[in-house]
Amino acid sequence: MRAVVTVTGKDRQGIIAKVSTFLATENVNIQDISQTILGEYFAMVMLVDLSASEKSLAALAAEAENLGREIGMSIHFQNEEIFNAMHTV
Amino acid sequence: MFNSTQVMETIDMVEKEHLDIRTITMGISLLPCMSGSAEATAQKVYDTVCSKAENIVQVAKDLSAEYGIPIVNKRVSVTPAAIICAPFPEKSARIGKALDNAAKTLGIDFLGGYSALVQKGMADYERTFIRTIPEVLASTERLCSSVNVGSSKTGINMDAVALMGDIVKETATLTADRDGLGCAKLVVFCNAVEDNPFMAGAFHGVGESGTVINVGVSGPGVVQHALEAIPGANLSEAAETIKRTAFKITRAGQLIAREAAKRLQAEFGIVDLSLAPTPVRGDSVAHILEALGLETVGTHGTTAALAMLNDAVKKGGVMASSKVGGLSGAFIPVSEDIGMIEAAQKGAINVDKLEAMTAVCSVGLDMIAIPGDTPATTIAAMIADEAAIGMINNKTTAVRVIPVPGKNEGDEVSFGGLLGRAPIMPVHGASSEAFIRRGGLIPAPIHSNKN
Repeated sequence: MRAVVTVTGKDRQGIIAKVSTFLATENVNIQDISQTILGEYFAMVMLVDLSASEKSLAALAAEAENLGREIGMSIHFQNEEIFNAMHTV
Repeated sequence: MFNSTQVMETIDMVEKEHLDIRTITMGISLLPCMSGSAEATAQKVYDTVCSKAENIVQVAKDLSAEYGIPIVNKRVSVTPAAIICAPFPEKSARIGKALDNAAKTLGIDFLGGYSALVQKGMADYERTFIRTIPEVLASTERLCSSVNVGSSKTGINMDAVALMGDIVKETATLTADRDGLGCAKLVVFCNAVEDNPFMAGAFHGVGESGTVINVGVSGPGVVQHALEAIPGANLSEAAETIKRTAFKITRAGQLIAREAAKRLQAEFGIVDLSLAPTPVRGDSVAHILEALGLETVGTHGTTAALAMLNDAVKKGGVMASSKVGGLSGAFIPVSEDIGMIEAAQKGAINVDKLEAMTAVCSVGLDMIAIPGDTPATTIAAMIADEAAIGMINNKTTAVRVIPVPGKNEGDEVSFGGLLGRAPIMPVHGASSEAFIRRGGLIPAPIHSNKN
């Protein structure tokens, strides 16, 4: 199963490091990354593969949200199907 | 591969524009529960609802976490109870109690289907059943009731209309301590749909299969935001924008509905894309109409703007899913929409304008608080007017008015939560009694003869 991870918030050092360390610890493989800075605003979207992870998507989503709170960013972890459904005809 | 702009658009819809799955509603057939005694039927009804919908709350929670879209309500709709209670109509309240208990056990928000379909005629057992509605609504918490009194095919059963005027009044009286709250759980329909996931009018039609998942998606804030982004656009462009937005919202609903059906071992029924407002700012249908250029909802142009909105929503929905059903359109409940509440407080909108609006949107006179001393025959006449609009225009219409005991024009009533608050709206003072007392059937229109 694949998921989309989005990380947004005020730019600071170490955001990508924290998020990718979390993903690596959970055996989540990053397949694609897109990241931009708009002014002071950091926005990153990742496509990840969960098939090697032992945890459920819901559990990972909850942990990612907690991590976001710790580092002062907003982190969403969602099944990629929702984006395919809404944005493709 | 994914597109970051689209990903961020979806997240903004949820975070800033109140996109949500308004309800996952499981339709359950109670026909196999029928037996000769009220006691045995009540037990079977309770057991059936509790076992079929056992996991609905957990599944909704899981889906919400996995897809990142809030699922606000978990509900159940059942076969119209008047059918189940036909062998023992005077004991119908037993079934109502069993349904309410099942809803509490499951932890769902509402259970709909304490209903009767009497659009052409009313059997004695149905009349007896309908007479139990006020007491049942007063003594239960989560049970909702609806009665279909007319259809484009059959005409309007004016005996049932007259009876429902009395029932609405009695329900208000029995729940006077809660400002007539019972009436918020009672809908009188013309052309009721059998797969509606929204309350208070949901029931599981007899033409449906055993267990079905219907999903209601909302998102007035998303549409409002999309329109605010194109302030100079003409109305064709605005309609196109609404359509595209409705497409996206419906697709989200369809995905959740399919997955919920799979996990709950039910059939995927329909997606109902209705713009259902809540009293929260940024979640208002009235504000969409105002974003189209009206100073206040209720002013001239409101009906035209609503007609366009309702049609564009349907077109976007139909493009997104081949299983669109329910009401699918725009809801205009007064007490549940912050824009409507403010317009009513200013006196910018009245019952007559709302009636006109119901000719072009997906529902009827909804969540309108009226003076407590409004005669039952006046309420019946309001029902008749709405039913006539529905019958002639081949659409669903409904009346959910609350004659608030002891309150008059100028007062305000608060029902709390999603039901919101409303100023008491005046109704016409001249009597409709002699018209309502005639009874009989208003024949179906000529264009219903299509065979």
